[in-house]
Amino acid sequence: MMRRLTASPLLWPTLALIALLGLNVVLTPAFLTVRIEDGHLYGSLIDILRNGAPTMLVALGMTLVIASRGIDLSVGAVVAISGALACAHIASAADPGSVATIVTAMSIALGVAVVLGLWNGMLVSIFGIQPIIATLVLMTAGRGIALLITEGQIVTVTSEPFKVLGAGYALGLPVAILTSLTVFAVVGLITRRSALGMLLESVGVNPAASRLAGVRYRTIVFAVYVFSALCAGIAGLMIASNISAADANNAGLWIEMDAILAVVIGGTSLLGGRFSLTGTILGALIIQTLTTTVYTAGITPETTLVFKAVVVIAVCLLQAPRFRRLLRRRRRAALQPAVPEPEVAEPAQRADKVAAS
Amino acid sequence: MAPTSTAEPQAPVVEMCDISISFPGVKALDGVSFRLLPGEVHALMGENGAGKSTLIKALTGVYDIDTGTITVAGVPSRFTGPRQAQDAGISTVYQEVNLCTNLTVAENILLGREPRRLGRIDHRALNRRAHELLSQLELDIDPRSTLGAHPIAIQQLVAIARATAVSARVLILDEPTSSLDAEEVAELFRVIRQLRDGGTAVLFVSHFLDQVYEISDRMTVLRNGRRVGEYLTADLDRHALIAAMLGRELDVLEEIADAEPGAHRDDTVPPIVRAVDVCRRPRVDPITLDIFPGEVVGLAGLLGSGRTEFARLLFGADKATSGQIAVDGKPARLRSPRAAIAHKFAFTSENRKGEGIVGELSVRDNLVLALQARRGFARPLSAKAKSELVHRYMEALDVRPRDPDVLIKNLSGGNQQKVLLARWLITRPTLLILDEPTRGIDVGAKAQIQKLVTDLATDGMAVLFISAELDEVARISDRVAVMRDGHNIAQIDGGCAVSELTRLIASGSH
Repeated sequence: MMRRLTASPLLWPTLALIALLGLNVVLTPAFLTVRIEDGHLYGSLIDILRNGAPTMLVALGMTLVIASRGIDLSVGAVVAISGALACAHIASAADPGSVATIVTAMSIALGVAVVLGLWNGMLVSIFGIQPIIATLVLMTAGRGIALLITEGQIVTVTSEPFKVLGAGYALGLPVAILTSLTVFAVVGLITRRSALGMLLESVGVNPAASRLAGVRYRTIVFAVYVFSALCAGIAGLMIASNISAADANNAGLWIEMDAILAVVIGGTSLLGGRFSLTGTILGALIIQTLTTTVYTAGITPETTLVFKAVVVIAVCLLQAPRFRRLLRRRRRAALQPAVPEPEVAEPAQRADKVAAS
Repeated sequence: MAPTSTAEPQAPVVEMCDISISFPGVKALDGVSFRLLPGEVHALMGENGAGKSTLIKALTGVYDIDTGTITVAGVPSRFTGPRQAQDAGISTVYQEVNLCTNLTVAENILLGREPRRLGRIDHRALNRRAHELLSQLELDIDPRSTLGAHPIAIQQLVAIARATAVSARVLILDEPTSSLDAEEVAELFRVIRQLRDGGTAVLFVSHFLDQVYEISDRMTVLRNGRRVGEYLTADLDRHALIAAMLGRELDVLEEIADAEPGAHRDDTVPPIVRAVDVCRRPRVDPITLDIFPGEVVGLAGLLGSGRTEFARLLFGADKATSGQIAVDGKPARLRSPRAAIAHKFAFTSENRKGEGIVGELSVRDNLVLALQARRGFARPLSAKAKSELVHRYMEALDVRPRDPDVLIKNLSGGNQQKVLLARWLITRPTLLILDEPTRGIDVGAKAQIQKLVTDLATDGMAVLFISAELDEVARISDRVAVMRDGHNIAQIDGGCAVSELTRLIASGSH
């Protein structure tokens, strides 16, 4: 049992998360307190969940892309475009407060996100362009497109229904986190209850063998990029909704890096194949907790990124098989300092006897 | 005649005592001792999974040993990686070519030992040195060409050139000949003898018994992770060797030879597949071939003769440039493997690692992959149906270990091949295309697979069987199509003699 626990790839991310939370409790004893006001939950933990929701969502999409042996650098740009489209539509609408306007705005944003995903999928699966290059195109161009949509301005909107996704509450919890967890549950169900997860892993591990076994290689690769863009689109709506504005320059900036980190911390290899959605969720939570820790600990903004990097390196090292092997060797070497005496003569004789017989 | 190495008791260059290695659930080596004398060719023999590769990896520092000692040239050693072993004079050429296909031949040969000038790689000296090494082996390969542009056989020879580039005290050759043609094997053996006479200890692993008897002075036989014994090659005849390796006598092979060729062919129906002038220039010229239910059609020919290339066309793995294919008498367009699978075709590639197994997944997932892919992701096999299928086929094909949750990459070559066969058999194909299904696997598994193929044909399946080993092709085929330089030069019905095949392949005419 113990052995199974230590062998689990989720062990280290879980411990890291607990350690970080513990650190926060030491820094601010009231950290774990969750208050109820107007039937809503408030507190640092809830903040972490709500602020981490967009990264979590983007990281879920990224997990599937990485499992297929790809990577999607364009998610940040898609976040910006999605938010810009929605806000631009609402701002120009006759009735920005109506639910119909919001539904149209969101549909436009998500529709365009899907189209952008199709673009990535086409470049990767049909034209065979390396994913990092293929998605780099949209990463660079996308933010420009978002700026064109907002005409270089920060578009602010006043619309109560639009605020629900990013700032609203349902069942006492932020809608944002409920949305991310719902997507997580749906993806988990689809990948593990259908054969999609297995086929996706197979494509990621060995594309050539999968193709010869009749796996729809192109369709699967196509699908993961579309899904990733869709997740980024929803995340973009969340971010815009939270601040009731579209900031084409800063919305979703570096979110691709956080998402990739979350995936890696969660134990999914960048080489593709085996993936863990739960690991990704843990990874996203670690990253968001880190950000919060930085604020609560009063770490100066200059050192924030260094602090983040140290934690990330520690988690990644603890997960790396080679590093763990080194640790084990160290331990073993410390336990048994003497190498047993080599017996040279006797077995050689035995070998001779056999040779002669 | 005793080899020179035993004339006087020389100190072994490598001495391994009581080596044990365990992997999760498997004791890969159990107290194995092994020694290697300078100036001898020592064959390491055993079935798949007997522990040959593990022993080699223990010696070269790839695996950490649990217990035991390794002494190299009198010095107790424990390498923590292949690099250290190399520095101690132990070079290895592995079964699967482990080189960088995107680099040039010269860069591969001298990788990590590039001549430098002012801190930068001196490409002229690099190419010159590589050229010298290649010409010592009498290999006519342009050192500046990209390795990936060469067929596997050439890549293998480059790997051997790379191993000889270091002044090796010990040269380990793990299945070096499995992709080589007879001529290339002869060349390799010349080089091996040259190295041996210069005092190098050569550790040779091969499943080709002829080659082992031709080249080796001494053998060590392993079985199930234990050492059976060490023998002088001259003292141990084939029968005794096989008995030592298997621990039982082998009579399946004779059984196959007794069957009457063509007895089960059903030519009252249209052929399962009829290929008319199918070609893919420049490697495959127009080929016309019928395959009927219940027959095994052998494709014989040298490497690069078009035998693999033609099989890939039939399966839609590559697109034909012209020609027609009819399945069950109806025209069919086989534009992708999926299309071929829809016509109940199945195909195992000669490249087991690159195009067969999905290494990081379990035996279970690998086994159901093709069936699941055909059903589509939305109709998953239930866990129960899956384990029933997996259990039944692992049992039927005798896959070891009998644990469906092991990652397939941890299985021996022969067992991986059985899983790949099972992957297709559960899709119930009507045409089974097998490209080198027995390459690099041991006598026992080989016989099992050959027996399985003939049994499947008896039950009405059509099989296209490709092998570089002519006696294998001759033994199990009802009909043999002989390939040469991309042409189909002959189709021989009924049982045919190996000598006849050899003559056809060599001369190219009747």
